[in-house]
Formats: sequence, structure tokens, C-alpha cells
Amino acid sequence: MIEIRDLHKSYKMGSSSLHVLKGINFSVAEGELVSIMGSSGSGKSTFLNILGMLDELDEGSYTLDGVPIKNLNEKIAARYRNKFLGFIFQSFNLISYKSALDNVALPLYYQGINRGERMEKAMAYLEKVGLADWSGHLPNELSGGQKQRVAIARALASDPKVLLADEPTGALDSKTSYEVMNLIQEINDEGRTILVVTHEPDIAAMTKRIVNLKDGKIIQDTRVKQIRALENV
Amino acid sequence: MFDLERWEEIFDTIRKNKLRTFLTGLSVASGIFILVILLGIGEGMRNGISQEFKRDAANIIYVYTGVTSKEYKGLNPGRRIQMKNEDFNYASLKHQDDLEYKSSIFRIWNGIVNYRKESGSYRVEGVYPDYQFLENSGMVEGRFLNYKDYHNYEKVLVVGNKVRNDLFKDNKQPIGEYIQISGVNFKVIGVYTDPGGEREESRVFMPLSTAQRVFGGANNIANMAFTLEPEESFEKALAASSSFSADIENQLKETHTIAPDDESAVSINNSLENAKRFYDLMDMIKFFFWGVGICTIIAGVVGVSNIMLIIVKERTREIGIRKALGAEPLSIVGMVLHESIFVTAIAGFVGLIASLLLLEFVGPLIETPYIANPAVNFNVALTTVFILILAGAIAGFFPAWRAARIKPIVALRDE
Repeated sequence: MIEIRDLHKSYKMGSSSLHVLKGINFSVAEGELVSIMGSSGSGKSTFLNILGMLDELDEGSYTLDGVPIKNLNEKIAARYRNKFLGFIFQSFNLISYKSALDNVALPLYYQGINRGERMEKAMAYLEKVGLADWSGHLPNELSGGQKQRVAIARALASDPKVLLADEPTGALDSKTSYEVMNLIQEINDEGRTILVVTHEPDIAAMTKRIVNLKDGKIIQDTRVKQIRALENV
Repeated sequence: MFDLERWEEIFDTIRKNKLRTFLTGLSVASGIFILVILLGIGEGMRNGISQEFKRDAANIIYVYTGVTSKEYKGLNPGRRIQMKNEDFNYASLKHQDDLEYKSSIFRIWNGIVNYRKESGSYRVEGVYPDYQFLENSGMVEGRFLNYKDYHNYEKVLVVGNKVRNDLFKDNKQPIGEYIQISGVNFKVIGVYTDPGGEREESRVFMPLSTAQRVFGGANNIANMAFTLEPEESFEKALAASSSFSADIENQLKETHTIAPDDESAVSINNSLENAKRFYDLMDMIKFFFWGVGICTIIAGVVGVSNIMLIIVKERTREIGIRKALGAEPLSIVGMVLHESIFVTAIAGFVGLIASLLLLEFVGPLIETPYIANPAVNFNVALTTVFILILAGAIAGFFPAWRAARIKPIVALRDE
């Protein structure tokens, strides 16, 4: 599903340049649930941004579902993001003046789906994350866990190939974190490929594979026995 | 533009951001409102001042004589200069191709006017038939003097509206009635009205020939009044009337042996020269109001630009989210502009309609001197609305474009 070869990325900081990712080789098969770990500054967020086409790579190659991702202009990047990827952010990033339902429907708007169908699909995804009753509420009327579940429903709405979660439980208490991880595991059980960036070992343990990043390199890549989040709740 | 989904999205945003929308709209609407009201008042002042100047024909040239102030060719100063019929006839003949209307005036002093028991003291003048047009008078009843009256020395009178009201009580018909002036009977043949108001309407006119014969005027005349044929431009008309005035003055000075540099013996009042000052004033007023109006528009544009800048800034994060979800840069720019154009257009027209309604209903009630019928050229107002919308769109475009180009990770970065 994801194929990364010799990925390099550096940022210019004034006159000096900061080499963040130093040659990463990485591949993910369909249906995997991978966590990317590392201390802050290890380059894990940069790595995820490149995977999410929110940032460009300097060197190397990136193939997503057989499509080479290179020389993207903004327009094509936007289209690919919409088609291939679903994002889950630490700070949820819901649009504050839109209801939960409208937030979930937004990626479908950019797919050019008409309103009726959009609302129907969005409602189905809200039901899937257990928030059908909250569809008309604005984000600030929801709890952190509920917000993240709306965000997950939104990420799923465009039926992407890969879900990218950047510290999805970073702003949640552990009980809520496990509920969210349980949801992510269930979605993975249906066969969707998911990448989770985290620095919490217990969250990483709930994935099927842990990739450790340090100083811009992968130092460890192990498959682990998945701990079901439900058991911890 | 006609994408229904886009409209739904815009309406959704507007509905959920009422304050922002209201503030944008308010600045646009008030800008247009103030501009239109200002232009309206400017136009009103123009109309009002024009009315004040409508008493006589706009291009009338009025000649009168006084007392010499300089010794000339052995003649002492202090001579009273008396114009004669010959002066008028000569001037008329010499300039007959240029003149539109002409009249000399013989004034009857102490003209006590009687009708039965009523009497009054009015200005009584012997004039030519053309005098009606020189005075800009209109007829209320009957007719003005004509050349037949002049040639036959008819004892007929045309009276002003005020004279009629004073002498003929109980709405009595004046036409055909006889009035005495200094004991001589005259038949009333017409009643005139004058845009100059009551002062100009308290006069009585009779044929010049009759006046001179009945009141012992010999061939003396008090004044001469002329208008020249219209020219195609104001500048040409002004030049023609100035040269005509100069010519008349020279002619009179030569005939009556007056020093060429004697200022007090012959006076010529050229209303076109006065009118030039008046038009210059009008132009100044017009420029002033346009200046103020344009400044208002600029203030409005700056206001709209400011609000657009803030809106886009405020929406940076939202734009980042939208881009992460697959919004193309162009759709972001389109969204922001679509919303701003829609809001400014609606607000602009609201301001326009409000101001036009105010001018329409309150305007005619204004009864201050120098302001009459404030109104505004609808096309001008409409143009300013479009200028404001366009300016708002341009002002909104650059921040929107920049926001659309910000990478989503930058826009989404936690502050």
C-alpha cells in the first residue's frame, strides 16, 4: 500500500539547514495497523506529513497504492489527499461553526457529491462511531472523546485507502484514549490501513507493528502482538 | 458561480457567522449610504442656487446711465447722461443679427395705480413686447404687450400677479377692466408671473410709445436690456456678450461725449459674467461633494479590505482543515471571494436603496433656501456600488490567495 525508498527531508533554518529525515525505507501492506514512535524531534511528525502529502519530500520515492507521489502541485495534492487519505489530528481540527454532521460531510463536498447523498453517508459514519444522536451539535458542545470520534468519522467519510492519525489520543485522558483506540482497532479489523503517530507506549502496543524513529532514521521495526483496547477500558 | 452546492456552503457560512457578515455589510452599506446622501445634497444645493438665479433671462445685458465723473472735451463733470430712443435704435440696428430680445425701458416715477377704491404704488414702466422674455415672465391671464399696441400708442397694461391680487379683491376678473395711473385710464390686457417672486410681480407694464407720449417722456429712456442669440458653448456666449457690452459702452460714450475711462456715467450689468461666477461656484460645490464622496468610497474600500484581511486571517485554520480534506486552492479562493462579493453586493444595494428612499421621501420636504429637490443620478450611485464590490473583491483576493497557498501543516500547526 505504502512504499517509501531513501526518503530525505531537511528544513532551512536561516543559513543552516536541519536534516530531519535521513534516508528512510518503509513499506506498509494493506490492512496493517502501524504505530510510529519516537521522542520529540525524531522526525515522526514530518514523516507523517510527508505520508499525508501535507509536505514534500526532498529526495527518494513515495508510492501510494501504486501511484507515484512526486512533483505534486497543490491541485493534484488536494485531489490525492481527498481520494487516498483520511486525517485524524491531535487537536481534532473540526470546523467550529459546522455541526458534527456537516463536519463529517465536508470531504464528500470536495468530492463533488450532492447534498442529499452527502448527508446520508455522513450520518452513516456518525452512527458507526456512535454519535448519531449528536449529529446536530457544534464541536464545542461535544467532549474531547466525542470530538475525536467525529474527526474519525470525517476521516472515514471519503473512504480513503489509508488513515493517518497524528497523536490521536494526545489530548484525551486514558479512558477516552482507549475508547478511541478501540474504535481505530475496529476500523482496522474491517481491513483499512492505519498509521498512528504516538509517543505513548501503551497506545503503540495496541497496534500490530511498531516503528521506532530516532534522529531521522528507523532504528526498530517490529511486529507485536496486538493488545485489544477494550480489555483496558 | 452558479454551483448550487457552493451557494449552500456560502449560505451556511454566512448563517453561522452573523456578526462578521453584519459588520462587513454595515461598512459597505453605510459607505454607499453616506455617498449617495452627499451627492444628493450636492445636487440639491445646485438646484437651490440655480433657482435663486432664475429671476431674469440668464444672459440679460442691462444698460443704465448715471452722472459723469470726469471732465471731457470741455464739458464739466457731474452731467447727468440721459439715453434717447436713438441710442436704443442705433444699438438694435447695429447688432440686429446678434440680438435675440431687446427692449428699452421708460420709467414713470410716482406711478400711483388706482382701481375703484383700491390703490397702490408700483413700478410703472413703458417697455417693448420683448421685455416679457427679458424678464423671464410667464402669462397667468390674457397676453403681454405686442407691437401693434406699440405702434398704435394703445393705453393698455400688463400687471404683475401681486398687483392683481392687491387691486382686484374677491377674485374679480382683471382682464378688460380699466385702471388709472396718475389719473389716466388704462385697460388691463394681461397678468404675468415672474420666477423672481413678489418683488418682481409688483410691477406694471405699458407700451413704451404710450408711456413716453402720455407721461411726457419725449424720446427719453431710462434703461436698455438685451439678450444675444444663444451660442453653442458657454465660453462663446460669454465672449460674444462681453464684446457686445464693450461695444455698447463705447458707442454711448461717443454719442454722449463721455470720457472713455469714466466709470460712473455708463454702467452695463452683464448677467452672463455674473453667471460665470455662479457656474464657477457650482463647479466648486460639485468638486467638493465629489471629493468628499470619493474619500468616503476610499474609506469604505479600506474598511472592506480590512475586514476581508481579518476574515481570512481568522479562517486560516479552517482553510488548512479544508485543504487537508481535499479542497483545491482555487476552491478556497473562490469560497472566500464568493462570500465577500455576495455580502458586499447585498449590503451595497441595501445602502443604495435606503439612501434613495430617504432622498425620495424626505428630499421634497426640505424647505431650506439654497437646497431644493436633492436627488442623485441613479447610474452614478449604481456605479459606486459596483466599484465598492469590485474593490472588496480585489482586497479580499490577495489575502485569500495567500491563505490558499499556505501549506496545510503550517495552517494547522498548534499555536
